[in-house]
Amino acid sequence: MFDSSLQQLGSALRAGKISSVELTQLYLDRIAALNPALNAYITTNAEASLAQAREADARIAAGKADSLTGIPIAQKDIFCAKGWRTTCGSKMLENFISPYDAHVIGLFNKAGAVNLGKTNMDEFAMGSSNETSYFGAVKNPWDTARVPGGSSGGSACAVAARLCAAATGTDTGGSIRQPAALCGISGLKPTYGVCSRYGMIAFASSLDQAGPMARSAEDLALLLNVMAGFDERDSTSLQRDKEDYARDLAKPLNGLRIGLPKEFFAEGLSSDVASCVNGAIAEYKKLGATIVEISLPNSKLSVPVYYVLAPAEASSNLSRFDGVRYGYRAPDYGDLTDMYEKSRAQGFGAEVKRRIMIGTYVLSHGYYDAYYLQAQKIRRLIAQDFTEAFKQCDVIMGPTSPSTAFKLGEKGDDPVQMYLSDIYTIAVNLAGLPGMSIPCGFGAANMPVGLQIIGNYFDEARMLNAAHQYQQATDWHCRAPQGI
Amino acid sequence: MSPTIYLDNADVQKVARLARLAMSEAEIEAARAQLGGIFDLIAEMQAVDTQNIAPMSHAQDVSQRLREDVVTEANQRELFQSIAPQVEAGLYLVPQVIE
Repeated sequence: MFDSSLQQLGSALRAGKISSVELTQLYLDRIAALNPALNAYITTNAEASLAQAREADARIAAGKADSLTGIPIAQKDIFCAKGWRTTCGSKMLENFISPYDAHVIGLFNKAGAVNLGKTNMDEFAMGSSNETSYFGAVKNPWDTARVPGGSSGGSACAVAARLCAAATGTDTGGSIRQPAALCGISGLKPTYGVCSRYGMIAFASSLDQAGPMARSAEDLALLLNVMAGFDERDSTSLQRDKEDYARDLAKPLNGLRIGLPKEFFAEGLSSDVASCVNGAIAEYKKLGATIVEISLPNSKLSVPVYYVLAPAEASSNLSRFDGVRYGYRAPDYGDLTDMYEKSRAQGFGAEVKRRIMIGTYVLSHGYYDAYYLQAQKIRRLIAQDFTEAFKQCDVIMGPTSPSTAFKLGEKGDDPVQMYLSDIYTIAVNLAGLPGMSIPCGFGAANMPVGLQIIGNYFDEARMLNAAHQYQQATDWHCRAPQGI
Repeated sequence: MSPTIYLDNADVQKVARLARLAMSEAEIEAARAQLGGIFDLIAEMQAVDTQNIAPMSHAQDVSQRLREDVVTEANQRELFQSIAPQVEAGLYLVPQVIE
């Protein structure tokens, strides 16, 4: 049951082979047994989950089930869910009970899915290892001495360890794709604007995008069908016709042109990751694809550009946490400014404060042009590189992360080393393109390796097709961590 | 373009003040060292020629939507204030700001 696809679970539910209450309880029991060692969930609420499961069972009995009705889905704790504690991995929101639903949560509720719990994450999604969470690091289920990646590390761990049927994540600089790669699962960051950001706690608004995390491309397509869509409450939500992201899954790959950016295979890439990615490219050739070498000459600048733009937007977004209307307030303070300064100093963790400081600095008087404006100009150069590349190819492929999962604590003291682990994912967010990661083998110490697939704007269906066809020919995505 | 940034403790103190973050002397010292490393990384941007390149503030070239100027939210003051640190008589309480 825990290895079933969403399609199989949906069929079993609709055929009455299992009820949603039974299925939800099975997962809750599994979480109770395994979560203490993995720390994938910050909050579970059996009463709320089972209430949704009972509603789903009634809906199924009435013959009104949709594809995800009754299926337990884990929600990254960045999505506000009415009545649920929503912490964003921070002490600042430790006791925040959301008074409303994020748009994405509302869509899952409308589809009749069961909210199985809120998954652990780097604080305010700022991190690549899950070690910045106020609620403790998530452990990689393939080796609990290693990180699961971040920031959606709890969701990636939960999917890999079969602690949910599927999960949601958000991706600002790689936060869906990198943990998906490090935990051996599939994850998709859609084109910017495809999923509403309403009720998704903001980090860097021009880059943040929600997406699905699951065990196969086919599952991702079903989830994205539910999550995508226009929402007038998000001013950057795109008004587009509804599409079926599963429509092209079965198409053969004959003639697919795959671009390999030479910059993604240069110095800095571990040899074990390179060999798995090259193996996947060889498989794609067998499936009928042709290979084109391309260049993304400005992609090496994506890390510095990102670490100006994202902190700048974060320093503005996180100014709302002032200890007045919600969130943490320091116990002792003098005047109003003292209350703000102490509440924020005590409520935010070290990495969040660091990024607020960077952002405040680059936006401050005298530095705006040299840093913020210069970063925005290079952002355009990075986006133009992709536009040029897509004249020669249909999808771009390469590694998701330069190495497999590193040890807990290994990069903790050096923020710059941590930032560089997002070197292959960040450019995609800057350009606003869709990107995904799928498992493509195992590297040193038997840790999973992810293949990144980058598509042109709104080309999610084609990317899912490419991923699904690879998963029909290989079984990397079916592997499960031992003892799980 | 400006060269590598050199930050002293007074600069860090000023940024912390602007960001409304209370920091001890020891924290300022530690932050200065770490921010220095990050600004060295950021400094790689300065060598790039960006003359005649328009800044890109957003992933899609779309214009901001407008809507009718009408109330769309219901009043949920009690629900919203139920999660506030301190309220009294429907008001959010903060330290006195007017003598």
